[in-house]
Amino acid sequence: MRAAIEVSKELDVALLTKVYPSRSHSGAAQGGIAAALGNSESDSWEEHMYDTVKGGDFLNDQDAVEEYVKSAPRIIYELEHMGCVFSRTPEGKIAQRSFGGHSKPRACFSADRTGHAILHALHEQLMKQSKTIKIYNEWYMHSLITEGNRCNGVVVSDIRTGAVEVMHAKAVIFCTGGYGRVFKITTNAFASTADGVMAAFDAGVPMEDPEFVQFHPSGLYRQGILFSEAARGEGGYLLNGKGERFMEKYAPSRMELAPRDIVARAEQSEIDEGRGVNGEDYIHLDLRHLGEARIMERLPQIRQLGIDFISVDCVKDPLPIQPTAHYSMGGIPTNKFGQVIVDGEGTKMEGFFAAGECACVSVHGANRLGTNSLLDATVFGERSGKSALEYAKTVDFAKVNEGREKTKVLKLFEDIFQRDGTESYNQIRDEMKVEMMKNCGVFRDDEKLKVCIDNIKKLQSRFKNGKVTDKGKLFNTEIYEIIELGNMLRVAEIIAVAALARNESRGGHYRTDFPKRDDVDFLKHTLVHGSEEGLELKYKPVVITKHQPAERTY
Amino acid sequence: MATFKIKRYNPEKQAEPYFEDFDLDIPDGATLLDCINLIKWTQDGSLTYRMSCRSAICGSCAVKANGHAVLACQKQAVSLVKDGAVQIEPLGNMKPIKDLVVDFAPFWDKINKVKPYLQTEDTPPQKERTQSPEEFRLIDDTSTCIMCGACYSDCNVLEVDDNFLGPAALAKAQRFVGDSRDSKTLERVTELSEPGGIWDCTHCGECVERCPKPAEPFYRIKEIMTVALEQGVHNNNGARHALSFTKSIKHSGRLNENMIPVESMGYFNFKGLIELIPIGLRMLLKRKIPPIIHKSIDDVQDVKRIFKELDQ
Ligand code: SF4
Ligand code: SF4
Ligand code: FES
Repeated sequence: MRAAIEVSKELDVALLTKVYPSRSHSGAAQGGIAAALGNSESDSWEEHMYDTVKGGDFLNDQDAVEEYVKSAPRIIYELEHMGCVFSRTPEGKIAQRSFGGHSKPRACFSADRTGHAILHALHEQLMKQSKTIKIYNEWYMHSLITEGNRCNGVVVSDIRTGAVEVMHAKAVIFCTGGYGRVFKITTNAFASTADGVMAAFDAGVPMEDPEFVQFHPSGLYRQGILFSEAARGEGGYLLNGKGERFMEKYAPSRMELAPRDIVARAEQSEIDEGRGVNGEDYIHLDLRHLGEARIMERLPQIRQLGIDFISVDCVKDPLPIQPTAHYSMGGIPTNKFGQVIVDGEGTKMEGFFAAGECACVSVHGANRLGTNSLLDATVFGERSGKSALEYAKTVDFAKVNEGREKTKVLKLFEDIFQRDGTESYNQIRDEMKVEMMKNCGVFRDDEKLKVCIDNIKKLQSRFKNGKVTDKGKLFNTEIYEIIELGNMLRVAEIIAVAALARNESRGGHYRTDFPKRDDVDFLKHTLVHGSEEGLELKYKPVVITKHQPAERTY
Repeated sequence: MATFKIKRYNPEKQAEPYFEDFDLDIPDGATLLDCINLIKWTQDGSLTYRMSCRSAICGSCAVKANGHAVLACQKQAVSLVKDGAVQIEPLGNMKPIKDLVVDFAPFWDKINKVKPYLQTEDTPPQKERTQSPEEFRLIDDTSTCIMCGACYSDCNVLEVDDNFLGPAALAKAQRFVGDSRDSKTLERVTELSEPGGIWDCTHCGECVERCPKPAEPFYRIKEIMTVALEQGVHNNNGARHALSFTKSIKHSGRLNENMIPVESMGYFNFKGLIELIPIGLRMLLKRKIPPIIHKSIDDVQDVKRIFKELDQ
């Protein structure tokens, strides 16, 4: 939406979503959006940059990080001017709080629903610009239309009618989110299924750094839904089954406010070593000492989630939590202008841009800090919008062979409708999620990953032998779930293959057989390409400007 | 084991909706959405509904359970089972498309009507506009709305009057009426006082009970009313209020009894007027108001017609 608003300043935009704009998963971001405003303590973009690079275990491209953190204050003020609702300091400024991995309180927030506040503020602007921004609700994007290294549009279908259409475009921007749905325990929405990254992949764009998946330390036990890090930012404790604040052992100086990868691993170790609560797969997030008043002011939604989803009132009892797949640091490779890049040499896919979680700039490196993702979505939303606008002004619509493009998608539909197999797609989906959680999760090793790749491949072939019940055209959600599953099975393999090749531990990627970071061999970005013979791995260097890799302790 | 009685509708196959029973062992801690998903994934893949976040934030999954709108992902399934069964239907006041999916277009049209964006005249400062924590609190509740349509589904006025903006749009309107940064307060409350706006709400409080978030539209409507009266927006539609009895019936086919005490108190007694509202609502929440007041009369169309004919 931020990108659309930018483009609509001069050109017409079609905004296509498989849900509604107000239902995107950015709305689920709770804790905040980072910017060095210095509203509660002095702060600077330099500190924000260093925290981000250290948090990302030095895999971030520092030229991009610098521009990103420098734009942050302006982006926040712009959101505020648009009408975004922020919690305030007594003097009426935007309030800021502490967050994991940030050395200063720099998370601007709207209680514990910051993503929701920003999402709706942007949506309000869309409604205001309804003359230039046309919204296509409940349309699904199937594929990119490309000719050489130029993108000319997308093939889409209307979920409501099943009609397949070609959308010509001078420029296309993907803001299609992550793919946490490949894991059993995840904070992600059902919609987070890798549609965008796989459409780009099919058009010859590699996938960058897919092995870096962030596990969030506080997912609701069993469900995985998010309890914001703000709960720890406000002073919550993590306790193991013995009632110990175990972070003392893992990050003595930052304690519960260490970066997410470190906290998630600490939790998983406690659980694996039998110190979960009652020996089960969870530990406790204790907020009781904060008191009801503060919880109600700062964390009201979290309290309600606890009450609704597990009947635990965090004012009176600790919340059961476990690590949960949360964020994909990897994705469609772009430069710092949101322009998609197809190789290690900086070759552009003209007319194709990407921003937000689906993209990999990379500002987050191997691990993203909390509150940096809303910032990523808005900063690079704006930047990709600007780039697309500039580009679109200089080109004409290209000729597109509509028939050929449509046929590909129609064939996909037909193929699925005609399968009369015996496999249950539901079963396949469940097995994939368990597999990824078990063998490609918080702790990985060579053996596990090989098993994982093997099993995912088996699931891929079973997928071809599935059975569909609903063969109608009208609002057929089953067929879209199947298409999404197809995408997820492919992205799952890509994640595991990249993870197997990275023989080191860095940020969100942890190999028990290679527990140390290896800057000699692996201070580089992975690029997974598709080829006739299967997946092909290439690498490209990390851009290092200000901060040389240093040991990462908290 | 519980029986999910789900309203099925697929005009591609059959013109009329019907109920279908699905038996399911409700897993420990499962939400209603978890159960509907299980039914789709293990019993009938053609079952159609919307969902995405499953954490009560995206607003996709509202349906009617046992006659009342709920967010499926927010309700523990067990809590809905009565005598071994739970009845699931699509939201009300919107046209069904297929099974539990309804057409949200009118809902969004109405949101669009209230100019749902900040309007300011000054050029913004270099940094943020300031807003005190107290001012923030005035828009804190309304800004929690997730556009799920639960309130819209169960609003009694919408059942009989398509022109009514409805609870969600009015709650969204309060988001800006109450925003210290917005400069169009007077214009907003003037427009919101037109027919179809705040004064057409019958104060039944249904939307407050259905809202899964603190947005609770009726309280927001009440806040707009207060601002409207404070801003002196009552003369231009005073006549309409005086005629409220007949008009209310002509308009919606039933009597808006809340207007009667309003009239007897007079329009300039703002304080007294506003005081009335919470009492009415409290009574309602305790079910002390005789049900007749806000139940729509079955043959609404007939009543409307009679009044029209009488007019002529
Ligand atoms: S209180 Fe008003 S808006 Fe809310 S449901 Fe009743 S009539 Fe509708
Ligand atoms: S006001 Fe409440 S019930 Fe109505 S749309 Fe918003 S969140 Fe849903
Ligand atoms: S699925 Fe998002 S609100 Fe229920």
